[in-house]
Amino acid sequence: MDIVAVTAQWLADPAHWQGPNGIPLRLGEHVALSVVSLILAAVVAMPLGLWIGHTGRFSWLVVSSANAWRALPSFAVIGLLVPFTTLLDPNLGFILYPTLAAMIVLAGPPILVNSYEGVAGVDRDLVEAARGMGMSERQILFGLEMPVALPVLAAGIRSAAVQVIATATLGATFGFGGLGRYIVLGDANRDNGELFGGVVLVATLALTTLAVFVLIERRLASPGLAARTAG
Amino acid sequence: MNSEPLVRWDWIGAHLGPILDRVGQHLYLAVIAVSIGFAISFGLAALSIRRRRLYPFVTLLATAVYTIPSFAMFAALVVVSGLSIFTAEIPLVVYTFILFVPNIVAGFDAVPQDVLDAADGMGYTSAQRWWQVELPLSVPLVVAGLRLATVSTIGLVTVSAILGDRFGGLGYYILDGYHRHFPTEILVGGLLSIGLAVLADLGFVLLRRLLTPWAAARAAAR
Repeated sequence: MDIVAVTAQWLADPAHWQGPNGIPLRLGEHVALSVVSLILAAVVAMPLGLWIGHTGRFSWLVVSSANAWRALPSFAVIGLLVPFTTLLDPNLGFILYPTLAAMIVLAGPPILVNSYEGVAGVDRDLVEAARGMGMSERQILFGLEMPVALPVLAAGIRSAAVQVIATATLGATFGFGGLGRYIVLGDANRDNGELFGGVVLVATLALTTLAVFVLIERRLASPGLAARTAG
Repeated sequence: MNSEPLVRWDWIGAHLGPILDRVGQHLYLAVIAVSIGFAISFGLAALSIRRRRLYPFVTLLATAVYTIPSFAMFAALVVVSGLSIFTAEIPLVVYTFILFVPNIVAGFDAVPQDVLDAADGMGYTSAQRWWQVELPLSVPLVVAGLRLATVSTIGLVTVSAILGDRFGGLGYYILDGYHRHFPTEILVGGLLSIGLAVLADLGFVLLRRLLTPWAAARAAAR
């Protein structure tokens, strides 16, 4: 059987675009929970990274653990959370909380590391000049360091977003909703159209997210700095 | 389940053999993926260095591949290539590209032009220059890429557990423990896989020290 044909057929079937297991609802679930996780992680990780980058305090901690988070595989993190979240709630703690918590936890490190590196990487001459001009530390952080570091900050949020979407997909193995459900169900029902339909939807969501962030990052480069590197 | 302790040490004691087997399988799957991924990435990096215009496309493609969730890629490959070792290795290999290629390119870019000129002046052939000057000097960044790729691959091996009992390494215990509501198994699988990644990372730090003795000497002289 032709995989492309069955996938197209599954995706085109109007029955798959409505109801509680319909594509709009699953997509909404996937996107909404990803956005919530991303915001929760950013609210904690970004101010922390900016503060460490600006003051230089505890920077050794970020530098030495900058890549350590990659040692935290989402599969293991979700699994490891299950025994503890089921203590909170035997039902939701088994299907929703572990993946959601893993999404938040795994979104933090890339945002923290990039917020730190973005601010710490701002030319020290610029910062000294700002200080000499009498700008307060607050003004330096928000008026100079953040605008210059903006593309790096955005890149951190992009890595986190990609990570969160992938973790939500994987969560379907652990009872989580979202687009990964179709892959799990397609596998269980031996329905290749559903399985590949899920794969196409998930890949499209991930690649669209990537494309949107890449475009945003290009826009965010400070015009003065962009002109300087171009010239 | 509530009456049971979180960790059943007797279960671990009774399953030491199979646990070790899973550790072996985990390393086996990871080593193959990192080795093949490194070889292909080295080729892509060499191409990118010679033909600079290709470099943005190589990184864009590698980034896009890395963006596709591993769960989706493993599941899709089952239908395409069946339940073979390729199904497990292909995603693991392609995910290493974005971690390797930029580090290898940066490693060779970091070799100072003066050093290359000096080597030419001393009469090195281009092959000699590559082996004796460029390769050793690129080691720190290349090893940085190896660390990233190895740690990330060891984590991703766990996802291959969705392919069935024959794959997954320690990920098998995470999935099996979940299905059986048995926390001990999940903890064994999860913590050991994180432990393996940390050990591998430390191993590469040692390797870099051995391969770049001058870096330690310079640090000591300071």
